[in-house]
Amino acid sequence: MDEGLKLIKRGAEAYLYLIDFHGFKAILKKRIPKDYRHPEFDIKLRQRRTINEARMLYYSKKAGVPVPTVLDVDVDETYLIIEYIDGIVLRDLIDKGVSEDVVRNVFTHVGELIGKLHSNSIVHGDLTTSNMILYNNTLFFIDFGLSEKSNELEDQGVDLHLMLRSLESTHPEIAYRAFNYVLKGYAKVMGREHTLRVRDKVKEIRMRGRYVEERRRKT
Amino acid sequence: MVKNKDIIVLGIESTAHTFGCGIVNSRGEILADVRGEYKPVKGGIHPREASQYFSTVAPSVITKALKEAGLSIKDIDAIAVALGPGLGPCLRTGATIARALASYFNKPLVPVNHAVAHIEVGKLLTGAKDPLVIYVSGGNTIITAYAKGRYRVFGETLDIALGNCLDTFAREAGIAPPYIVKGYHIIDHYAMKGKRILDLPYVVKGQDVSFSGLLTAALRLLKQGYALEDVCLSFRENVYNMVVEVAERGLAHTGKKEILLVGGVAASPILRSKVEIMAAYHNAKVYLTPPKYSLDNGVMIAWTGLLAYAHGVTIAIEESYVKQRWRLDEVDIPWMKD
Repeated sequence: MDEGLKLIKRGAEAYLYLIDFHGFKAILKKRIPKDYRHPEFDIKLRQRRTINEARMLYYSKKAGVPVPTVLDVDVDETYLIIEYIDGIVLRDLIDKGVSEDVVRNVFTHVGELIGKLHSNSIVHGDLTTSNMILYNNTLFFIDFGLSEKSNELEDQGVDLHLMLRSLESTHPEIAYRAFNYVLKGYAKVMGREHTLRVRDKVKEIRMRGRYVEERRRKT
Repeated sequence: MVKNKDIIVLGIESTAHTFGCGIVNSRGEILADVRGEYKPVKGGIHPREASQYFSTVAPSVITKALKEAGLSIKDIDAIAVALGPGLGPCLRTGATIARALASYFNKPLVPVNHAVAHIEVGKLLTGAKDPLVIYVSGGNTIITAYAKGRYRVFGETLDIALGNCLDTFAREAGIAPPYIVKGYHIIDHYAMKGKRILDLPYVVKGQDVSFSGLLTAALRLLKQGYALEDVCLSFRENVYNMVVEVAERGLAHTGKKEILLVGGVAASPILRSKVEIMAAYHNAKVYLTPPKYSLDNGVMIAWTGLLAYAHGVTIAIEESYVKQRWRLDEVDIPWMKD
């Protein structure tokens, strides 16, 4: 796997290489060792995440959520090879400045896709605009390393909490509007009642620890 | 009056166990740093007892600070006070004293967020300019960095804080107090003799971490008879690696080239060495707040108050209520630029 590798991204936990996979443009995602971890701890964690990501990508695709197709997995070497999505990362699109219409359409759709995942007992675990790619009018979710199978309200709430928090830290100007569209899209799939329950859960999660300013106002 | 005269601010800290009074000038010089620390006879902080202790020591702490600085209250331009986050009774005692000083001597009152103050004093003393901040203490676990007018939270704990997690484990395992021995946490001393990694929950969700399940699981392993040293090693690896991983994600996300460690747990040599290894991957420089100023103190309140005051931030006494859960990212930071 050393021939013809073109490094295109050095992420926090993995390097992404653009490769030719039997004529297909593909991404080789290699989870890299971290010297700061105990060696035994390090390899276990990387192997677990590699298997997990391949598995969750497969489940998500089956659930009808656009994700890169898994082409190959090597657990010992902690890499997977996935389809290359040659689109624009949502974070970059928004940073360029977009109209209210685009914000509404895109984030409503984000909500629908999250709903599709949750209705199939999948939580993504790392919902950020950096992990969404727009290609040919189709929105793809990527980076399933922290995903898991769950239909617990708590996990669904944490999933949406992470979405909101990443909007707050990355796109503070549109964060609350965008999140409301996400909830609208989510409700289309999950129904109004369940959406309200998850929304309340998000509120509760935000009230733990540092988030109690809102609780103080409420009481 | 001389032009370009230094601004001098007196700051009062009383969010938890320390009543501190610090005095600084606009050149960043520390003119006074006096602290009275409430030490419970047993157990943790009792907020009411701490606040009673504060009201006993406050006059002498403030008088001593002025004397240390060689100043009279007339020389002070503004009174800064930590209005939160923290324990209600403790905060109220400090706030009452600060309001009284401001009102009686007719000085402007400047509200300061305790978490922001930890960061600003760290920057002042280390020279870090625009760092990703790892704020780890008994009560806080936050990864934050400045963006668009405020310190934005890029990761935090979903339940208990890192320091609380370490100390609770040590106490339940019967190996503490004391928690820190020769600069290392007692868990680290046992971990050094650990031989193998046991499976424990490693809970990173996005950029957030969760410690409570890990704490329970580690204590369960002990009950099941696993060697204390192995459990300590595995537990310690999980706890620190989770924090370092989310910090690394924050670093990759923000593109910052500096990392600043602040808070009581920042002094841990194990955590620091892990952060340094991680930072080297990203050509980022690591700064460690001097341990003395990682602990709560009045200087950090005075310095942050000075930055705020110099940018026109003051608060009317009747509006200066305390905020026990005042979030870091609710505070405008006019002294930083994008």
